[in-house]
Amino acid sequence: MVVRVRFFAMLRERAGRADVVWDVEPGETVGGLWAALCSAFPSLGEAELQVAFAVNREYVDRLCHLNDNDEVAIIPPVSGGVSACIPSAPTRSTCPR
Amino acid sequence: MYSLSTDPIDLSALIAAVRDPKAGATVTFLGLTRNHNNGRAVTLLEYEAYPGMAEQEMERIGIEASRRWPIHKIAVVHRTGPVPVGEASVAIAVSAAHRKEAFAACQFVIDRLKETVPIWKKEYFLGGDVWIEHQSCCTKAEA
Repeated sequence: MVVRVRFFAMLRERAGRADVVWDVEPGETVGGLWAALCSAFPSLGEAELQVAFAVNREYVDRLCHLNDNDEVAIIPPVSGGVSACIPSAPTRSTCPR
Repeated sequence: MYSLSTDPIDLSALIAAVRDPKAGATVTFLGLTRNHNNGRAVTLLEYEAYPGMAEQEMERIGIEASRRWPIHKIAVVHRTGPVPVGEASVAIAVSAAHRKEAFAACQFVIDRLKETVPIWKKEYFLGGDVWIEHQSCCTKAEA
């Protein structure tokens, strides 16, 4: 199955592209996808960044399982805060459809 | 009204959007491009958003504000693209029966907006440019 990954801001610049269609195994998690992307685009993982993730425009955590044709956004720190660092940030572990 | 705009923000349109005959107060907030930051001479800020999700997250914050305070209407507009010094990158208007809750809700909306809405800011200054990450957040979260 495939998912569409979107990169924003510094991650878009590091990846050298705004999005990519990516093959994933059924049952793959957002965290697994991120690890695969960092291998494929080594510049993504350079310098520690607290990234957050969204699937189909909802914040999710790394354990979220992906479904075919999901839109996955890699969210670098937003302009006035870091989503991943905020304990109260809304996240879901089931993928929104 | 929760929207992104590449055009300069029209504050009067936001005020009109929150007009309500039951309102005795409308509080507005404008976030502007400042000509200095961390000792750097800022020439321009450029904003990038995740369209669709950004508006949805702004609306979610508005709904949360409406739960916390008895307010009537909220409008939020955030600019994308280049925003020169002195111009507004974000505008918020909140109407309520009384000023106290309108002020409180407006402050809540701008504070939360900067934490959770997927919008990124690149600062252009004399000598370079940098994506702004607010490191202070992580320090606070650990404290």
